[in-house]
Amino acid sequence: MATAYQDRKIPVAPLNAGDAPFFEGAAAGKLMVKYCNDCKQYHHYPRPMCPFCYSTHTEWRQARGTGVVYSFSISRATGPIPYAIAYVTLDEGPTIMTNIVETDLDTIQCGQKVTVVFKPTEDPKLAVPMFKPA
Amino acid sequence: MTIKGKAYIGGIFEHPARKLGNDISQAELHAQCSKGALEDAGLSFKDVDGYFGAGDIPGGLLSMVDYLNLTVRHLDQTYTGGSSYLYLVAHAAEAIAAGKCSVALISLADFGRRGTAVRDRGEGIAEQPFEYPFGPVTVNLYAMAAQRHMYQYGTTSEQLAQVKVAASHHAQWNPNAVIRKVLTTEDVLNSPMVADPLHRMDCCVVTDGGGAVVVVSPEIARQLKKPKVKLIGVGESSKDQMGGKIDLTYTGAVRSGPIAFAEAGVTPADIKYASIYDSFTITVVETIEDLGFCKKGEGGKFVCDGNLVSGVGKLPFNTDGGGMCNNHPGNKGGITKVIEAVRQLRGESHPKVQVKNCDIALAHGTGGSLGTRHGSATLIMERE
Repeated sequence: MATAYQDRKIPVAPLNAGDAPFFEGAAAGKLMVKYCNDCKQYHHYPRPMCPFCYSTHTEWRQARGTGVVYSFSISRATGPIPYAIAYVTLDEGPTIMTNIVETDLDTIQCGQKVTVVFKPTEDPKLAVPMFKPA
Repeated sequence: MTIKGKAYIGGIFEHPARKLGNDISQAELHAQCSKGALEDAGLSFKDVDGYFGAGDIPGGLLSMVDYLNLTVRHLDQTYTGGSSYLYLVAHAAEAIAAGKCSVALISLADFGRRGTAVRDRGEGIAEQPFEYPFGPVTVNLYAMAAQRHMYQYGTTSEQLAQVKVAASHHAQWNPNAVIRKVLTTEDVLNSPMVADPLHRMDCCVVTDGGGAVVVVSPEIARQLKKPKVKLIGVGESSKDQMGGKIDLTYTGAVRSGPIAFAEAGVTPADIKYASIYDSFTITVVETIEDLGFCKKGEGGKFVCDGNLVSGVGKLPFNTDGGGMCNNHPGNKGGITKVIEAVRQLRGESHPKVQVKNCDIALAHGTGGSLGTRHGSATLIMERE
């Protein structure tokens, strides 16, 4: 069995204050993650205040864009085409919601090494990070 | 302060409908369910002095209190998805124990019309921009929990299927259940894959309907004719993405369970019957591990050999057929979890599934998503 990957139209939700660097970074080919200068940990989804130590000394940093699949599921009945939602654990630490793309969806496995690719959204100024097998 | 022994479940009602037309409004459905539970208790709307609701009240709490023409001295609206109604029972018990009300009405009424589309949940929700583009829906989020549980603990699709099979053994005796056919492992595994690794039959049914529960003070309970069902322990918590330190292999039951067991002064071994929220088969497997009915990672093995089937196994569960086969009104199954536990304690479950000497029962709710954020509430009740 094989389930070929197909590009799908990616919607965006209205951004909240402070969210834009993630999506604008992706449009510029950068995976941006929030880092806390006090407790020295990355977190996701991004907040101005660190969710671990509650410091406001957080900043955006560019992640390497590599990680491993924590978990995934192939939605076969939701949209017009199948797609693979996933959580990927970045080498920097945090696990982020994403999609696995550009591969036979039936070959995806937990623990698989992946690397970031950026996919355009309905908004030409904004892109999102997705991942393909490394 | 403890609620132990300070509040009783006085009345229960599960609406018999599973599919409703446009000839009944949501408010009227709330009213019908409320009336049913009050009649079951032997009380009337005039006795109600506390009203408790979740996210399915059209216009919010005040609109429903107005519609029912109640005069109350305590109000509580708590919305944690399908688990809401277990939180509300806990909150009602707490309010009664504190003397803030003596007859607490909790109602659920909704229509399961939402379907499986990816929904923009609205503006201002912090996590929404970071999830919506990736196509999260209820089933693929629970599926990611199942996928990880399988990877980490070796849980199999055959094991998950036993949850559905066990529920179907119970549902065959429930004339109102959506699925009354006794299902086999193959029936589950051969049903279409909706979101790997979950098949259609790993999912609960989608229904319209509702129910209501009346929680009363000991003074009121003494005046009622039904067998007395006493709340002896309640626990609540939540579980989420933890800033990106995500772990999908456990639920908030790891916290709500111990709180409830400690208050009740009982252990999992004392539980004769358990209503376990069964939105998906994986929900049950993770929850029974987290409540301590088996070790972490062994839930898949535990649900085999008919262990969840009444009269057969160690932990009779969801003897009404549960959300798996009976009812999941408006995608929220919490109230039916409470209702079947009360039926078991009263000895009112169907004779084919009634647990013998059922003196202590547990009801647990999981609302929201195992894959992102969910509420967890545990109730422990005792027949007096």
